[in-house]
Amino acid sequence: MRTKGLWLLVFAIATVSLALLGLAVGSVHVPLGEVWTALFHRDPQNTFTTIIRQVRLPEVITAATAGAGLAASGLIMQTLFRNPLAGPSVLGISSGASLGVALVMLAQPLWIALPIPRDMLVIAASLAGAIAVLLLIVMADRRVGDGVTLLIIGLMVGYLCSAVISVLQSASAAQALKGYVLWGMGSFAGVDLPRILWLAVPVAIGIIAALVLIKPLNALLLGDDYARSMGVPVDRTRRIAIWTTGLLAGAITAFCGPIAFLGLATPHVARAFVRTSDHSTLMPASILLGCALALGCDLIVRSAGNEMALPLNAITSLLGAPVVLWVLLSGKKWARSN
Amino acid sequence: MGAKQLIMEPLLRTEELAIGYGSQPLLKDIVLDLRAGELTALIGVNGIGKSTLLRTLAGLQAPMAGRVLLHDGVMRSLSAQQRARQVSIVLTGRPQGGMLDVATLVALGRQPWTNRWGSLSPRDHEVVESALKRAGATHLRDKSLDTCSDGECQKVLIARALAQSTPVMLLDEPTAFLDLPNRADIVRTLRTIAREEKTAILFSTHDLQLALDLCDRLILMRRDGPLWQGTPAEALSSGELERAFSGSGIRFDHANGTHRFMP
Repeated sequence: MRTKGLWLLVFAIATVSLALLGLAVGSVHVPLGEVWTALFHRDPQNTFTTIIRQVRLPEVITAATAGAGLAASGLIMQTLFRNPLAGPSVLGISSGASLGVALVMLAQPLWIALPIPRDMLVIAASLAGAIAVLLLIVMADRRVGDGVTLLIIGLMVGYLCSAVISVLQSASAAQALKGYVLWGMGSFAGVDLPRILWLAVPVAIGIIAALVLIKPLNALLLGDDYARSMGVPVDRTRRIAIWTTGLLAGAITAFCGPIAFLGLATPHVARAFVRTSDHSTLMPASILLGCALALGCDLIVRSAGNEMALPLNAITSLLGAPVVLWVLLSGKKWARSN
Repeated sequence: MGAKQLIMEPLLRTEELAIGYGSQPLLKDIVLDLRAGELTALIGVNGIGKSTLLRTLAGLQAPMAGRVLLHDGVMRSLSAQQRARQVSIVLTGRPQGGMLDVATLVALGRQPWTNRWGSLSPRDHEVVESALKRAGATHLRDKSLDTCSDGECQKVLIARALAQSTPVMLLDEPTAFLDLPNRADIVRTLRTIAREEKTAILFSTHDLQLALDLCDRLILMRRDGPLWQGTPAEALSSGELERAFSGSGIRFDHANGTHRFMP
């Protein structure tokens, strides 16, 4: 128990250090002392202050928020579907959200007349897409009840969404297309400070819900019947879990693009450290590690420099895919799909 | 409340209960009762509805007709949490469980009593420790369920049900897949728990001999007649046991109290 608490501390320290590093590193190097000054002393004359406050702080907050939210939603899905390979990007949920975003970004003429802020429109479309796919997956889960089939269904939904998106792309204007393709590569850099609440509020609600779900998710580890016999309202818990994961994945995808593997791989890495499925340890561990990993990936993207324009999704896949392979090949009982 | 009164009062009873799935009940007009401090064995051939009966008594599925009464209150009218404080269950087989050590798994049994976050009070820790001890699983506390043998796993699951601190405990074939010493060990453990914790315990089993020797009462399920409940001595003298297995190529030997297999 002691060592488990220790890992939480380690992850928290890693998150804070990577966040500070994220503020310091970039095309212009800012010394840590200046980072401190820029954060806590308002000095509009200082160029560092502008860089830190206007550019890097929003990016660091976005990365940490997205990492935390994706990790929480990945862990909830893995327990809910009793499937170690569940995650927002695998089950087609990110694809559903992408389709929603594509409808807004590519079919702009349809929406432009509406008196709704564009951010809200993108979020709403992304959430709708994510939750629609989740509901479909839940229905499929009831019917097939088999992990591998479920993953293939998620894959097919992903293909379907991509196909519709391709059709939309072929019919859209060059400018809109460029915007959408850039969004699809994933980035934590696209959210400026005034808009960050649009991302932070839904994710905060989702993470609070994830923490409230800790107790029923633990009971669900033993299966639905045991959970019911221990007083867990299983159907209500499932509903809350689905809306929570939809909210997290949808909001994050709307702003950062469909980020691959972070939601799927983070709970596995966290589990390898804390060595328990007990959500009262694993949930905070995954959330903190999600922050740290997202900040780390963002740091890699940025240290490559502006000229290279390294896509975030390439980095998360390079790091995440081997983790999933390791989970599959290590053949541990808790890691195999049932 | 005196111990004597507890023993007389049924903790759980049924009224004209019908169980099953779909439109056709598996079994109807079930009348049975479970009393504090008594170990009852549920006996019947495969597929007759033992698991369905246990699941219905535990509130995991709705009765098709009739009702289950706990302390003379209707079970369906209780909230999920209230019900979980009254009845615990050990299901057949090994739950997947993820990566949980035994102590954490047993502590899950405290869920109906803990707060929203499931945090354990010193009192909860005491209950968990005593449950592990009662079930003979203290030495397993740091193992993971995956590395436990079938007998050990059964003890751990019994400890989890004990940690739930319910007056009624139901178990679905806790002795399946076990060798004879382990089977005897499990049933003896259940008997001690029933006696010392004043729990009403009902478990389904195919171990007739163990049931006759160690249980206070038997419930016999038959396809062609009503469910029968009584003491082992009554079951033997009334010929109910013979009838329960009639036509299955097995004869119950009255003199020895054992089955005889017909070629």
